Amino acid sequence: MFLPLLAALVAGFGQRALGPIVAKGVTTGALFISCALSWPIFIGFLTGSAEPGVAPVLTWIQSGTLDVNWALRVDTLTAVMLVVITTVSALVHLYSWGYMAEDPDQPRFFAYLSLFTFAMLMLVTADNLVQMFFGWEGVGLASYLLIGFWYQKPSANAAAIKAFVVNRVGDLGFMLGIFGTFLVFGTVSIPAILEAAPAMAGSTIGFLGQRFDTMTVLCLLLFVGAMGKSAQLGLHTWLPDAMEGPTPVSALIHAATMVTAGVFMVCRLSPMFETSATALTVVTFIGAATALFAATVGTVQTDIKRVIAYSTCSQLGYMFFAAGSGAYGIAMFHLFTHAFFKALLFLGAGSVIHAMHHEQDMRYYGALRREIPITFWTMTLGTLAITGVGLYGVFGFAGFYSKDAIIEAAYASGTSMGGFAFFVGVFAALLTSFYSWRLVLLTFFGKPRWAASEHIQHALHDDHGHGHDHDHDHGHAVAHADNPPAQESAGDEPHAHGPTKHDLPAGTGGYHPHESPWPMLVPLVVLSIGAVFAGIAFAPFFIDSAEFWRGSIAFDEALIHHIHETPMWVKLSATVAMLIGLGTAILAYVVYKDWPQRFAEQFRILYRFLLNKWYFDEIYHLLFVRSAFWFGRLFWQRGDVGLVDRFGPNGFAAAVQVGSRAAVRFQSGQLANYALVMLLGLVGFATWAILG
Amino acid sequence: MNQLGFPILSVMLLVPLVAAVACVYSAAANARRIALGATLIDLLLGIVLWATFDQAGQAERWQFVEYQPLFGRFAWALGIDGIALMLIMLSVFLMPICIGASWRAIERRVPEYMALFLLVEVLMIGTFAAQDLFLFYIFFEAGLIPMYLIIGIWGGTRRIYASYKFFLYTLLGSVLMLIAMLWMARYAGTTSIPALMETDFPVEAQTWLWIAFFASFAVKVPMWPVHTWLPDAHVEAPTAGSVILAGVLLKLGGYGFIRFSLPMFPEASQQLIWVILALSMVAVVYTSLVALVQADMKKLIAYSSVAHMAIVMVGLFAFNQQGLEGAMIVMLSHGLVSGALFLCVGVIYDRLHTREIARYGGLASVMPRYAILFLLFTMATIGLPGTSGFVGEFLSLMGVYQVNSFATLICTTGIILGAAYSLYLYRRVVFGVADKPDVLKMEDLSRREIALLAPIAAVVLWLGIYPESFIAPMRADVAALTQRIDRARPVGDAQVAAAAPGAVQEQVGGPQDAHGAEAH
Repeated sequence: MFLPLLAALVAGFGQRALGPIVAKGVTTGALFISCALSWPIFIGFLTGSAEPGVAPVLTWIQSGTLDVNWALRVDTLTAVMLVVITTVSALVHLYSWGYMAEDPDQPRFFAYLSLFTFAMLMLVTADNLVQMFFGWEGVGLASYLLIGFWYQKPSANAAAIKAFVVNRVGDLGFMLGIFGTFLVFGTVSIPAILEAAPAMAGSTIGFLGQRFDTMTVLCLLLFVGAMGKSAQLGLHTWLPDAMEGPTPVSALIHAATMVTAGVFMVCRLSPMFETSATALTVVTFIGAATALFAATVGTVQTDIKRVIAYSTCSQLGYMFFAAGSGAYGIAMFHLFTHAFFKALLFLGAGSVIHAMHHEQDMRYYGALRREIPITFWTMTLGTLAITGVGLYGVFGFAGFYSKDAIIEAAYASGTSMGGFAFFVGVFAALLTSFYSWRLVLLTFFGKPRWAASEHIQHALHDDHGHGHDHDHDHGHAVAHADNPPAQESAGDEPHAHGPTKHDLPAGTGGYHPHESPWPMLVPLVVLSIGAVFAGIAFAPFFIDSAEFWRGSIAFDEALIHHIHETPMWVKLSATVAMLIGLGTAILAYVVYKDWPQRFAEQFRILYRFLLNKWYFDEIYHLLFVRSAFWFGRLFWQRGDVGLVDRFGPNGFAAAVQVGSRAAVRFQSGQLANYALVMLLGLVGFATWAILG
Repeated sequence: MNQLGFPILSVMLLVPLVAAVACVYSAAANARRIALGATLIDLLLGIVLWATFDQAGQAERWQFVEYQPLFGRFAWALGIDGIALMLIMLSVFLMPICIGASWRAIERRVPEYMALFLLVEVLMIGTFAAQDLFLFYIFFEAGLIPMYLIIGIWGGTRRIYASYKFFLYTLLGSVLMLIAMLWMARYAGTTSIPALMETDFPVEAQTWLWIAFFASFAVKVPMWPVHTWLPDAHVEAPTAGSVILAGVLLKLGGYGFIRFSLPMFPEASQQLIWVILALSMVAVVYTSLVALVQADMKKLIAYSSVAHMAIVMVGLFAFNQQGLEGAMIVMLSHGLVSGALFLCVGVIYDRLHTREIARYGGLASVMPRYAILFLLFTMATIGLPGTSGFVGEFLSLMGVYQVNSFATLICTTGIILGAAYSLYLYRRVVFGVADKPDVLKMEDLSRREIALLAPIAAVVLWLGIYPESFIAPMRADVAALTQRIDRARPVGDAQVAAAAPGAVQEQVGGPQDAHGAEAH
């Protein structure tokens, strides 16, 4: 267990001195070794031969009764995460050899990637809440650094800060949750807390001057942390902006691993959440609301990465309402399958972007299936997986097993919130299918619309042919400067004023996209194998097998039983919704191509509402960013300068000046002299007091 | 004598004192070398002190005790416990770095400058080691004078105003403290600090004494609203002055609270805890927001110091082991981190001679090594786990949660605001495109500058990953203090009540809403 961590750590910190090739080799090699070591652990748990264990490493913080250690814990839940993290991370490292080939800062990039992987491994192997928080913040740091990797881009910097600060809002909840947990249980060790949690059910705790149910308060505080990291409704705003980072980063951090940390946390603490029905209801509601919200926004975005980002957000919502329904195994299963197909979609999108010379707007794509066939086929497999294509009882792509199980679990949970989540889940499945196929259709089918893209123009007029990445950065800067975006908040706003679809000039503009090099294609192929088979291969373990989980999560046999007994219409509803979505997408983007345009004009308000992401960014900007600066200035100018100083030292000085005019003869005007005299007087006074 | 066989504390005071005198009579180049040598000797002595300090709690609580009656009740009484040891270590660690930071930056009246710095070191160590009430007072207050002169002579353009403000604030508070001390010495019949720490003063007197001490310490911390001297003092002080001001002088206030207010007046501390909590809550939010809008790097860091010291205050007044140890760690961490940040500012100030944030940008391209170190310290000030900032903040806030959940919530917003202003600063200085011609010409860190920053970086990580080295020496002393003040421990609002049979579940989402509204 130590080796992958150590390898990642050494690679992460030791490579600055080495050359780029060595740095890349060391990090990638380390990750492949980690990956090779993780799979046997996972298979061990699948076959039931591995035993959960904890390996203590070092004392961390000891203070009074608080005792925090660095320790590595491995059980089934950890093993699942290990496999996901190391596999995707290793593939992303490999992919980055191709994708980042022209970047001058490659060692830095690979160092950050490995640092991230290390922090993520610390998170999932944590045996106590504080170490989990360490990993939690560590991945936050890596995410911040990687989003802002192209630090010359103002938009990337803004996005990086936003990601960090919004996550910190969640961390506030997480920290308070840890404090409360320590207060209640006297420990931060996860097994000890989970053991003691049921006994606390029904007790009350004071919080902010009121009394609430203890477990509800603790769970909800911790859940705020999960919401931040997993970009749930309210704290989701950073995730779409995080797409400013390089695409491999989006695949690794903002799709497959880091953003699922919140789901992992809820599952890890599932026995705790089980003690509070209120908390579970909230989790279900937030999850369902996010699934719906993100899916609606995803349908109108034009940036290929943002579509996938909202899709991620939406899928995370699925995971949460699965957990809220009590089906933690299924939530983890969706996390597992989602990691494969979402990483695949992102890396595929990266391949498209690479082929299209960093153009990310789908309105400038089209007809790419013949130009980049491998990317096309792998992305299609990914889309089949995310939309959950499958025939009941025969075969299905990965999402068919996990997503449908979630929808069934929501139905089977029998609560009213579960019912709400069920309908939302089915509707979101329809939207998922729609925006996923929309992406594929816009990108790979139809006629080429490349000529209008500034990036393509840039590529055509660039003597270097493909240009190196530095040019790309400037290209970006120029492109953004042309229609200046309000970087802090407006996000996609400029696209709304951009050219609309029908007045774009068609044609290739003489540009020839080319398929990506093999380091990028190999991960795509490997991931598509996962996207196709992960569902059917692992469904029996994740969903049905309490022996597989071995107490690492709360496992509700009765609920699983109910899931299998749900009526057929429930089982089919997701598939039907998926087909409707697919049909609509084909109608809108292949058959009647003016539909989207007409929809946008017909429902102008709704369209703008969705395009602007329900105006979350604008409201937050006004409410928090602007007001923070306003208050800051107020406190500084009016508070410090206007009040404290005016009536404090400056006022005193003025008074002294007035008073001292009379006695000016006796005074030298030198502060030092006064001070000396004053001090001598005091010393004399003190001496007198002591002697007397 | 002590476990070493020679009066190490007096020697630690004597070395810089002799060196200071030697500096005055030397040329500039020699003065630099003498000062560096003396501070390094003190650092070595400090390491010896730490190594021989018995932290298992077996030996006496007060170690390395020296006692020499002078006249009347006044005595040359020195001695340290774990708390003082850690703060002395902080002082002797930062001192050579300060001398190094002034190596090139100070060219005018170098001998005097070096002598004053050495004098500051004498007085700081003396303050932490003093065991006699009036000896403490003399060291404590005399520390002002060299600092005042450093700002006033080697400071920036508004140095007179700044030094005046600094002096006025800090001296006025101390007059009240002196009067309180005189009363205490009369009442208890002793000036020995250890004896006074065991004295039970009448509760009604405690309140007055507490307020008198508060007047002095609150200014030093500094607490809101008597913090306004700090930004001005920092802005005008030379880099090394800022380092020592933030690194050690601000710790005097916290040390005062932990040494005097809490153990001597536990009941008053409990009665007036609301003052501390309220002022700290205001300080965290207020100064963080002010830091956000600063255009001057040093001012920004100065305001962030006020916010951090507020965390120290709530930790101290948590009345429990976590809070107190956390507060001590925040003090150590803040001393290192804000010192390092001032050094970072000094590094680029030496190149461009401006502290205005807008004049920089894109330093990551021209100064990559600087960017890494600056990032590390920025993350430490934000309190990222794995750095020193986290351990202290976490423990302090965890401690105070047991006293007051509302205060904890407000103070914890500091982690959000702290991230906002720190990253905003980092973005404006280090990220972006380096397009200004003079910025493009800036050179990366020299070997001397790396030698200054790297040791701090190492300790920051050490403190973050294995804080046990630093907590262990203090554990027994903090435990003794908690035991002493236990009788006045306030009852927290977040106590758990067992389940009432048939208790009604709370309304859906109640705490969630309340929390959500506050959290942003």
